[in-house]
Amino acid sequence: MLNFIGTVAGRPRSRRWLAAAAGLAFGLAASVPARAEDTIKVGILHSLSGTMAISETTLKDVMLMLIDQQNKKGGLLGKKLEPVVVDPASNWPLFAEKARELISKDHVAVVFGCWTSVSRKSVLPVFKELNNILFYPVQYEGEESERNVFYTGAAPNQQAIPAVDYLMSAEGGSVKRWVLEGTDYVYPRTTNKILEAYLKQKGVKDEDIMINYTPFGFSDWQTEVSKIKAFGSAGKKTAVVSTINGDANVPFYKELGNQGIKATDIPVVAFSVGEEELAGLDTKPLVGHLAAWNYFESIRTPANLAFIKEWHAFIKNPKRTTNDPMEAHYIGFNMWVKAVEKVGSTDPDKVIDALPGTQAPNLTGGVATLLPNHHITKPVYIGEIRPDGQFDVVWKTKGLVPGAAWSPYLPGSKDLVADWVKLKCGNFNKVTQKCGGA
Amino acid sequence: MCFRRAWLVALLFALGFALSGTSAEAASLDEALAHFTADDFSETVEGINEVAAGGSPRAEIILRALQNDQLMFSAERKAVYIMDDAGKLTDAASGRPVVGAAPADLDNVRINNRLRGAIEAVLGGLTLLASDPGARFAAAQAVFKSRAAGTLPTLETAIAKEQDPRVKRALMEARAAVILSVADAKDEDKLAAVDIIRQRGDQDALGLLSSLPAGTSPRVMKAASAAIAAVNNRLIVWSVVQNAWYGISLGSVLLLAAIGLAITFGVMGVINMAHGEMVMLGAYVTFVVQEAIRTKNPELFDYSLAIAIPLSFLVAGGIGMLIERCLIRFLYGRPLETLLATWGLSLILQQAVRTLFGPNNREVGNPSWMSGAFDLGGITVTYNRLWIICFALAVFAALLALLRFTRFGLEMRAVTQNRAMAASMGIRTSRVDALTFGLGSGIAGMAGVALSQIDNVSPNLGQGYIVDSFMVVVFGGVGNLWGTLVGSFVLGIANKFLEPYAGAVLGKIAILVLIILFIQKRPRGLFALKGRAVEA
Amino acid sequence: MTHILIRSLDRGATIFLIVVAAIAIAVPVLNLALPDSAALHVPTYLVSLFGKYACYALLALSIDLVWGFCGILSLGHGAFFALGGYAMGMYLMRQIGTRGVYADPLLPDFMVFLNWKHLPVYWYGFQHFPYAALMVVLVPGVLAFVFGWFAFRSRVSGVYLSIITQALTFALMLGFFRNNFGFGGNNGLTDFKDILGFNVEAKTTRAALFSVSCVAIMLGFLLCRAVITSKFGKVLIAIRDAEARTRFLGYRVESYKLLVFTLSACMAGIAGALYVPQVGIINPSEFAPANSIEAVIWVAVGGRGTLTGAVLGAVLVNYAKTFFTTGALAPYWLFMLGGLFIAVTLLLPRGVVGTLRHWTAPWRDRASAAAEDGVTEPLPAE
Repeated sequence: MLNFIGTVAGRPRSRRWLAAAAGLAFGLAASVPARAEDTIKVGILHSLSGTMAISETTLKDVMLMLIDQQNKKGGLLGKKLEPVVVDPASNWPLFAEKARELISKDHVAVVFGCWTSVSRKSVLPVFKELNNILFYPVQYEGEESERNVFYTGAAPNQQAIPAVDYLMSAEGGSVKRWVLEGTDYVYPRTTNKILEAYLKQKGVKDEDIMINYTPFGFSDWQTEVSKIKAFGSAGKKTAVVSTINGDANVPFYKELGNQGIKATDIPVVAFSVGEEELAGLDTKPLVGHLAAWNYFESIRTPANLAFIKEWHAFIKNPKRTTNDPMEAHYIGFNMWVKAVEKVGSTDPDKVIDALPGTQAPNLTGGVATLLPNHHITKPVYIGEIRPDGQFDVVWKTKGLVPGAAWSPYLPGSKDLVADWVKLKCGNFNKVTQKCGGA
Repeated sequence: MCFRRAWLVALLFALGFALSGTSAEAASLDEALAHFTADDFSETVEGINEVAAGGSPRAEIILRALQNDQLMFSAERKAVYIMDDAGKLTDAASGRPVVGAAPADLDNVRINNRLRGAIEAVLGGLTLLASDPGARFAAAQAVFKSRAAGTLPTLETAIAKEQDPRVKRALMEARAAVILSVADAKDEDKLAAVDIIRQRGDQDALGLLSSLPAGTSPRVMKAASAAIAAVNNRLIVWSVVQNAWYGISLGSVLLLAAIGLAITFGVMGVINMAHGEMVMLGAYVTFVVQEAIRTKNPELFDYSLAIAIPLSFLVAGGIGMLIERCLIRFLYGRPLETLLATWGLSLILQQAVRTLFGPNNREVGNPSWMSGAFDLGGITVTYNRLWIICFALAVFAALLALLRFTRFGLEMRAVTQNRAMAASMGIRTSRVDALTFGLGSGIAGMAGVALSQIDNVSPNLGQGYIVDSFMVVVFGGVGNLWGTLVGSFVLGIANKFLEPYAGAVLGKIAILVLIILFIQKRPRGLFALKGRAVEA
Repeated sequence: MTHILIRSLDRGATIFLIVVAAIAIAVPVLNLALPDSAALHVPTYLVSLFGKYACYALLALSIDLVWGFCGILSLGHGAFFALGGYAMGMYLMRQIGTRGVYADPLLPDFMVFLNWKHLPVYWYGFQHFPYAALMVVLVPGVLAFVFGWFAFRSRVSGVYLSIITQALTFALMLGFFRNNFGFGGNNGLTDFKDILGFNVEAKTTRAALFSVSCVAIMLGFLLCRAVITSKFGKVLIAIRDAEARTRFLGYRVESYKLLVFTLSACMAGIAGALYVPQVGIINPSEFAPANSIEAVIWVAVGGRGTLTGAVLGAVLVNYAKTFFTTGALAPYWLFMLGGLFIAVTLLLPRGVVGTLRHWTAPWRDRASAAAEDGVTEPLPAE
C-alpha cells in the first residue's frame, strides 16, 4: 500500500517510498526543489478507448496538430506548448478523475476536452473547485453557463432552430408535420423540448408532432422507421429532426435507405451526423438528407482548404475528414492563445476575464467572437448529403448567430441570462434580479 | 407535397402542351441550359422547366445527369456539360465530346431536395411512354407522387397502350391520383379513382385520400373517408404481420450472434466474453474484402459477401483456435476464470482493431442484391433483412448437419458428453476442443459479415451483442442448438410486439425481466438437458 | 462480541486492519497538516483518488464474500453499488436546495428544464440524511433479497445465475437511462454542494470521506471475517464446495445463500454511497455489465476467497488503470489491462494474495491455510 502511494505521488520513486515510510513514523516534512516551468502545458481530455473513442480520438489529434503548429510559430509567451494527453476511456467518473489529475498533478494551463454532456457535467465540479479552464467543442443542449467553461460548439439556437426554420421555408419544402426522433438522453430531450415549444409557437398542432426516443446504440430500427413512414403518409409534407447519437445513426440511415424513404419524400435533418459519421456509410441512398452544422468540410474558403491540407499532412491520411467539433477546437484554441497573449500570463483568472470579446477567425469565413455568456457567435449552415459523403451547403444564415446559454422556449430558463463580464453570473434571473445559483 | 404542386401544375400544363405538339414557342435548348450556369437554385428550377418543356430528345439525358450530380457548368464559358462516370466531358446540348482542356472553373450544377422532387416529377412525365417497362413503372410512381394535372393526356395514351399488368395498375393509380387532385374532374371519375386508390391500400394511398383538395364534393369526400377506414383496417391487420416479420428478422440477428456462442458456451462450457469480438473481426474482414474489391475489381462488388463469408470463417476460426491453444485449454474446468481471461482478451482485440483500423466506423456497403425493398401485401420487406434470415437459417442447418452427420460432429458430441470415455475410445480430445472452439468462433465471424450489413462496423460492434447472445443461449437452454434457435426467435418476436406499445427501451427492459422470471421457472432454459450431464 | 472478534482475527487479518487504519489516518494528516511544498504532502487529488479506490475495495470485499466463500458469481454487483450511489446522490441533490442553476427550492435542475412540475413521490424523504442512509442499505438489500429469493429458491446457480444477474444490471441500466424515470437520465445526478452541512469540495471533507471509506473497509472486512469464521460461514464454504451434498445433509442451502447475498448487496450499496460524494457524479453507466465484470476481475486478481486479496486487487487494478491512461501509454492501456487479466488467470490462478499464501503455507499451519484459501481445492465445474 505504501509503495503504491509513493508511485502515484510522484518522483523520484524510491526516495519517495523511503520518505513516505519515514514520514509516517515521524511526521517530518522535507522540501521538494521547485521545478522550472519551461513549458506551458495544455490538457487534452478526450476518450481514446470505449464507446466515445469513435468521435473523440479525432479531436485529440486535431489538438496535437494545433499545438504543434503553435510551437512551430514560436510557442506562446516565449515558451513551448506541451500537450498532456489522458484517456478517460468513455467512463464518466474517470473523466472527473483525469481532469483532477491534469489540473492538480500536471498543472495544465487549460484543458480542451469532453464530448458528451455527461462527461462535461462530471468534470464541471472539478474545474470549478480547482479553478481552471475547459474548452468544450461539441454542440449541446444549452441550459448552462459556467465561469470556467467556454462553449465553442453550438447551442440549440445555433443549430436546431435555424434548421427547423429552413425546413418550414418554401425552399426547404414547407414542412408541416414533424417527427422529433432522438436518443434518450439530455441533449435530444432538451433540444426536442425547445423545438416543440418553438413549433407550437409557429402554429404547428399537437397531432402534427411525433416525439420518439430510443436507447443508446440502438440498432434495430425497423419498427421506428416504419412508424415514421406511417406518420409521414398523412398527406402533409413531413420531416424528421434527428438528434440520434453516434453509433445508432448508421443502422438508422441504413434502414431508411432500405425501406426506400428518400429525402424528397421525408427529409431527415440531423444535428449529430457529420462527415466523420458518414465516412462509415454508403451514402448513395442518403443523398439529400440534411444536417445542420456551423462548419462543413466542403465549404471552400482559403482558410478551410489550408486547414484540411494541414490536417491531411499531420494525420498522414488524405482520406480523413474534418468536421464541426474540430473547427470548434480550432476556434477555441486560437481564442485561448490570443487571450493569453493579451494578458501575458496563463493564470486562469486573468485568462477567463480576458476571453470574452476575444475574436478568432472561422474556417468558413467570418470571425467568431466570444460572448460574455461564454458561448461564441457562429454561422449556421444547412447541408445536404452528397453521394461522396460530403455536404452541399443549401442554405446559411445571413450573419453570425450568437449562442444563447438559456433558451427562451423553456419555462425554467426563459428569465435567465448569463453574463460573466458585467453581472459576473451564469444564471442571472431577470425577474427577481438575483444571481440564481450558489 | 403541396408546396411544389402549384408551380408543378403550371409547369406540367406547359409540358403537356409540349408533348401534344404545340412547342413552337418553347425556348431553345441552349437558352434553357443557360439557366444552369447561374449557380442559383431558382435559376436551376427555370432551367429544368424549360429543358423539359423544350421537348428536345436530349431533355431526358440532361435531366438524368442533373439528378445524378453529373451535370457540370462553366460560368466563364457559359456552357453546360455532362460528365460520365469515367470523368469524360460531353457537351450537354449537342452530346458531342469536349475536345481540348476542360474549363478551369468546372463545377457541378447543384441541386437540393426541392429540385430533386421537380426533376423526378418532370422525368416521370417525360418517361411515361418509355420502351422499358421498368422506366414506365418508375414514371407512373413519380406521377402518382407529383399528381401533375398536365400528365393526364399522356397517362391516357400510356394506359391504352400498356400490356404489362403491373405497370398498367401503377398507371391507373397515377391517373386516379391526378384526377383526385384536379378540381374540375367529374364526380363519377373521382369516385372511380377513390376506388382504385382504396384497392392500392397502403400508406401512400392513405396520404393521398386524406389530403384531397378543398372543394371536393361531399359525395367524393364520403367515399374517401370510407376508403380511408377500409385502408386503415387493412393496415392494422398487416401491422401484426409486419411486427411478426420484424420479430423474425430481429430473431435471425440474435440467432446469428448467439449461435457461435451456443457452441463455445453451450456445448463446451467456455464463457467466452470475447465472442462479440469474433463477430467484430468478421465484420472487419468484410470491410477489408470490400476495400480490396473497390480498389482492384469494382465489378466484383456484388460478390464481396460471398468472398467475405468463407474468409471471415477462416480468420475468426483461426484466431479462435489460436486462443483455445494458447489460453483456454489451460482453463478447462474453471469456467469462471475463462470468463476473466476472455474478457481481458476482448479488451485487447478491441484495442488492436482500434489501433489497426482506427476508432471510426468503416464503410461496408450493401451489394445491389441486398439493397432496397419490395412490398408484400401491406408490408415492406427489405432485401438485406430477408437475406440475413435465410443466411441465419442456412448456418443453423449447416451446423446441425455437421454435428449430426460428420465424424467431427460425432467426436465433438462424444467429448462434450464424456471426455474421459471419449479419450479412452481413441478420440484426440484436445484436437477436438481446438476445432470446436474454432468452429464456434468461425461461425461468429460469419455472423459478423451479416451484421456488417445492418450495423456499424466499429471496434465496439461486438459489445452490443454480447449480453443479448448470452440471454438467448441461457433462455434457450445451454447445450441445445434447437433451444438457441427457438430462444432467439421467441425473444425477437416478443421484443417487436412489445416495442410499438412500450417503446424501444421499456420493451427491452420487459424482455430482460421476463427472461429473469423465466429462468426462475425453468432454471435450465427452454430446452433443458436432462440426466447426469446436468450436474457435472 | 469480543470472542467473535478474537475468533475472526488471525495474524494476517490483524496486520491488514492495522495497515488500513494507518492509511486512514496518515493520508488525511499528510494532506491537511503539511504545506503543499512538503515532500510528504499528499495532494488533494490523490486523496479523492484513494477515496475512490477505497470504495471499489469495499465493493470487491462484498463480491469476495459471495463469490469466494459461497460460490455465487454475481456479474451484477455493480447494480447494488449504483443503487446505493443513487440513494446517496438523491440525498445530495436535495441538499442543493435553491443553489441549483434554476434556484428551484424543491426540484433538482434536471427536472426543471425538462418541465417537471412536481417532485416524484420516490424522491420524498431524501432530504433527511438518516432516511437516505437507510435507503442506501435498504434498496440494494431488498432488491437482492427479492432477486435472490426467486433465484435461489428455484435453484438457479452457476453460469445461469451469473447471466441473469447480468440481465438484472443491464435492465436497470436501460431503466435509469430513461429520462422519464426521474433520475436524471444519462447525465445522472451531479453538481453536489454539501453533505451533512460540509462542502463536498472542501479538502477537509474529502479527507474525512476518505477516512470514513477506510473505516468502512475495516468494518466490512471485520464483518466478512466474522461471517466466514462462524458456523454459518463453514456452511457457506460447504455450499461453495459441494452444494448438493450440503443440501442432503439437511441444510437449507437457499436460505444461507439468500442471507449472504443480501448482506453482500448491502455492503455494495454502502460502497456506492461513499463513492458518489467523492467522485461527484452518479449516472447509469455505473450499471453497465462491464463494470460488474471488472469488479469481479479485481477480486480474481487479488485472490478469490482471501478478502485481503479482494481489497488489494481492487486497488491494484484501478491504480493500473489510472497509471496507464495517462501520457504516452494512453492509447495502448487496454492492451496492458487485458494482458494483466490474462496473465493473472494463467500464471496466478489463485490471485496475488492467494499465491503469496500458497508459497508461505509451508511455514504456516497448513490446516488453517487450507480452510481459508478459497482456491486450493478444485472447484466443481458448472
